[in-house]
Amino acid sequence: MAVSLTGEESLDGPPISYNAELERIEIELLLEGLFRHYGFDFRSYAYASIRRRLWKRIEAEGLSSISDLQARVLHDPSAMERLLLDLSVSVTAMFRDPGFYQVFREDVVPLLRTYPFIRIWHAGCSSGEEVYSTAIVLEEEGLLERTRIYATDINDAVLQQARAGIFPLNRMQEYTENYIRGGGKRSFSEYYTAKYDGALFSPSLTRNTVFSQHNLVTDRSFSEFTVIFCRNVLIYFDRDLQNRVHALFYDSLVTLGILALGSKESLKFSQYEACYEKLHPRERLYRKVR
Amino acid sequence: MPYEIIVVGTSWGGLAALRELIGALPAGFGLPLVVVQHRHKRSGQLLPSILQDGTHLCVCEAEDKAPIEAGNVYIAPADYHLLIEDGHFALSTDEPVRYSRPSIDVTFVSAADGYGEHSVGVVLTGANADGARGLKRIYDRGGLALVQRPASAESPTMPAAALQSVPQARALSISEIAATLTSLPVASARHSEIR
Repeated sequence: MAVSLTGEESLDGPPISYNAELERIEIELLLEGLFRHYGFDFRSYAYASIRRRLWKRIEAEGLSSISDLQARVLHDPSAMERLLLDLSVSVTAMFRDPGFYQVFREDVVPLLRTYPFIRIWHAGCSSGEEVYSTAIVLEEEGLLERTRIYATDINDAVLQQARAGIFPLNRMQEYTENYIRGGGKRSFSEYYTAKYDGALFSPSLTRNTVFSQHNLVTDRSFSEFTVIFCRNVLIYFDRDLQNRVHALFYDSLVTLGILALGSKESLKFSQYEACYEKLHPRERLYRKVR
Repeated sequence: MPYEIIVVGTSWGGLAALRELIGALPAGFGLPLVVVQHRHKRSGQLLPSILQDGTHLCVCEAEDKAPIEAGNVYIAPADYHLLIEDGHFALSTDEPVRYSRPSIDVTFVSAADGYGEHSVGVVLTGANADGARGLKRIYDRGGLALVQRPASAESPTMPAAALQSVPQARALSISEIAATLTSLPVASARHSEIR
């Protein structure tokens, strides 16, 4: 957690005297600068959360205004890399929302069995927790062999982590509990080897996985998928960008393909609600029907 | 001062306190009430349904990008931070703040910065200090700061910390808080902007 110079914990916001309208102008200028100079387009991110992340970075850099941060990241690519991590990393866990994985196993796996070949896209996979979680489910259901998984993220550094398949050992108790609640059929420890403070997951889980950089904001569809996972990624986007990404997902799904969103995300506020039917009353699993 | 939003933070003992507070608000209550209650990350829809039983207001979990409407009670979903933007919610799975997600401070700060003097912060019973910094932010932005009188709280730590952080906050019983909220001047609805 960021600690300010006065020893007070950060509020992840500006000082109370900061002019709110000026702050918005500065943030828009900064994001415009990042786009034009580096090509990373955060201009349509949800304002409240990007603002919080920017102030965290300002504090960590020992700066005091958005404009200071703008000057630093435009002139210092290493500062840009740090900011990129702040802005693009989503914090997640293996088998986050175990109920989701249970429903995936019970309701989605039977549908997937009807396909001779399955293509899955993890859009915004971050450090890969979800990629490994679903690979484990598919392995246990005997489907991994005929599945090709594309795991993409805007950030190459987190993709490296995902590719390596090493997760913090101190999270394994939580993940084991999640795995069991999510309907896991084996002993979770079969899937990893503990080494120092890391848990190295079996490379065979990702034998059919391609990790690759893809930017949901600016890049196009690259294939047709049976299932698209995009859980707790769109919450960082504003509604306009959410709609654009939903268009991309719609174009990238086969008819009757499945879209998996985070448990508090919905299609209700998008233009694509009518194109999908809900597969489950509680979990956000949708099937493209038209 | 017309108000537009009420944010309520509570932890240990919060269920009973929230039932009493929300149960005392009249049908047709003119402001949205946003509740951050610390709870286990796997706790599901139980809290909204228990609270719904005791009120005519509509109680639901806040969803990403859902518009904020007057007279509704929104509960911060477990394991997410709840941010408030111009007229709608934005969720975040960023790191817990002081071990909490949802964090009361995070929601209060976003309400304070987004709504300023049109915001009301209420800190109820709890066994930690979450909400103290956020309530100060609301007060510093000209909003109204209310705190459950520590002696009347199941767990006085959180209200006491809030009062230490904002000595000017009004310390009231829950029924007094409900009466105060009911008598607040209400601003005309702010329409959610689509950005």
